[in-house]
Amino acid sequence: MTNTTKIQETKTDTDMRRIVIDPVTRVEGHGKVTILLDNEGAVKQARLHIVEFRGFERFIQGRLLWEVPVIVQRLCGICPVSHHLGAAKAMDMIVGADELTPTAEKMRRLMHYGQIVQSHATHFFYLASPDLLFGFDAPMQKRNAGGVVMEHPDMAHRGVRLRKYGQKIIETTAGKRIHGTGAIPGGINKNLTPVERDRLLADADQAIKDACDALEFIKKYMEKHQDDAEALGAFTSNRLCILDSDGAMDLYDGTLRAVDRQDKIIFENEPVVNYLQHVAEEVRNWTYMKFPFIRQLGPKEGWYSVGSLPRVTACDYIDTPLAEKARREMIEALGGKASGLTMAYHWARIIEIIHGAEKIKLLLQDPDLLRNELVVKGKRKDEGISVIEAPRGTLFHHYRVDRNDQVSMANIIVSTTQNNEPMNRAVEYVARRYLQGTEITESMLNHIEAAIRAYDPCLSCATHAVGHMPLSVSLCNEQGDIIDRKNRAYFNSQQCII
Amino acid sequence: MAKPKLSTVFLGGCFGCHMSLLDIDERIIELVDIVEIYKSPLVDRKVFEERSDIGLIEGGCVTEENVEVLLALRDHCDFLISVGECAIMGDIPSLRNTIPLRECIEEAYLNTVSTWNPTHNIPNDPELPLLLNRVHPCHDIVKIDAAIPGCPPRSDALWEALQALLHNKPVQLPYEILKYD
Repeated sequence: MTNTTKIQETKTDTDMRRIVIDPVTRVEGHGKVTILLDNEGAVKQARLHIVEFRGFERFIQGRLLWEVPVIVQRLCGICPVSHHLGAAKAMDMIVGADELTPTAEKMRRLMHYGQIVQSHATHFFYLASPDLLFGFDAPMQKRNAGGVVMEHPDMAHRGVRLRKYGQKIIETTAGKRIHGTGAIPGGINKNLTPVERDRLLADADQAIKDACDALEFIKKYMEKHQDDAEALGAFTSNRLCILDSDGAMDLYDGTLRAVDRQDKIIFENEPVVNYLQHVAEEVRNWTYMKFPFIRQLGPKEGWYSVGSLPRVTACDYIDTPLAEKARREMIEALGGKASGLTMAYHWARIIEIIHGAEKIKLLLQDPDLLRNELVVKGKRKDEGISVIEAPRGTLFHHYRVDRNDQVSMANIIVSTTQNNEPMNRAVEYVARRYLQGTEITESMLNHIEAAIRAYDPCLSCATHAVGHMPLSVSLCNEQGDIIDRKNRAYFNSQQCII
Repeated sequence: MAKPKLSTVFLGGCFGCHMSLLDIDERIIELVDIVEIYKSPLVDRKVFEERSDIGLIEGGCVTEENVEVLLALRDHCDFLISVGECAIMGDIPSLRNTIPLRECIEEAYLNTVSTWNPTHNIPNDPELPLLLNRVHPCHDIVKIDAAIPGCPPRSDALWEALQALLHNKPVQLPYEILKYD
């Protein structure tokens, strides 16, 4: 077989070997991995870099507040609903809508659970499942969704159905499958008609069944591949998520809980308006993606992870029966190790698809969705802060507006950014585990990509603001001291091409 | 006979156009039957080794790397389609075109309220691709053979276009399946 991934290898100035995986594939967005090996072939440094820049926080300034939910969802075409609702919730606060009508809140929740099902299904079936079905040594030509269609049609159909169901929910509540306009400051712009409800309800049980079938698959996989799973990343981390007032998983709204590596509470029941007291983002020179940390633990120790696995392991329970049963099974099967296994992210993701599908069915049976009270407003404020659990994890939106309703300040902390440190640790972990010796094979590098993929990083999200985050390698000597880093003259227009 | 090849790239966009391609739902099964997805974020090939019959572009050019990727795609594709408003017009990322780049970067790394940056770090590693001063639509850089509008385009429009091209028929997209938002 020809070397289809072209293992790119160069010498650095320090004589270390530099291996590049560029681009990281089957993730959303642009990412690149660089690995430095010393003369004995030992891994000296392994990094994930992301390579794009948007500038949302700056160019959203001056836009009218009602435009924001429509513009910022263009951060991400996979989870636009998360940004759409995140921005709408922050704008609710600004227009004084302290409590939405039941119809508005439930329509938004329905949209959000549709998003969870769709995004998780896209990731699991279209992007990640080829690794699990074919293994890391499979030929590149087969290791993709096309290969799954050809050789595992049941799995492919299940994935297509689940993804389509999520998209239909979104289309019905938001007006479009991608970049809809359903949520507006203070509420929602449409309710559900009985015809729409019946059409969606007709497929709800199939969605739950498809998700439960996927659960059986991932359970068997994890049981059969315990060693593999450990080799793809086994390290504990602090975790952050939102929960309802009873400690149950709530993906649409709630208060913040952070737990440490031993599952001890760092803080909980924290309203999101206090988020700046708890979370900060460090800037490092070698990547455009920032490194969020929990303030009270500091920038060194405070890194944390977000997303399906932290949510499933840090909540007290899930309030739908099939998902809760699945959560207990996972905790029992993996024990205390659950929260530290990178590959368990997939398992947790399937549990959340079940939860999303169960919630969708419950909501569709709720007569509130057919009522007409759609929008409320109250005392106008000039600042709004929101949090929501996007498919990839906790997502913060924060805006100030001036008296002309124009945005004067915006801050968005996206889910994938919060997984920056964990993903980099996973890359280093897997590189040290697999890249020993002098010959580097495609299979070795596949393991690294699979570990990144388990986090379902959305690199287009993560670049919203943060500058493009291409990857980068600083040149280090064997002591790890940076010996060369040229400043690229971003600010010198003469240096930019075109 | 070998299947025709389809390649896709993701430049400065949001992945929504790729998602709209997946929104053909069950027809994806038909698609992989009639075409080989050759190089794309959806498959693991890292470099071009053979030509593709069709290339789809999502996103405009935001960095020098985007330009390189686009040039390579043009070199390796017979028929190149700008898919969606970012590739066609620059769209949302080009909102920064009215703002000095320096302001965007300082906002992200120095000014945002959750940033902790005591040493005023700005990422500057030699490996980071340079940002272009302006976001450019793809036709500024290479010859584009066709464009399908929308943010993102309807999946039906993508499907009809691919069907026609793969069966050597003229591409006729009825007005009803085009959209511009």
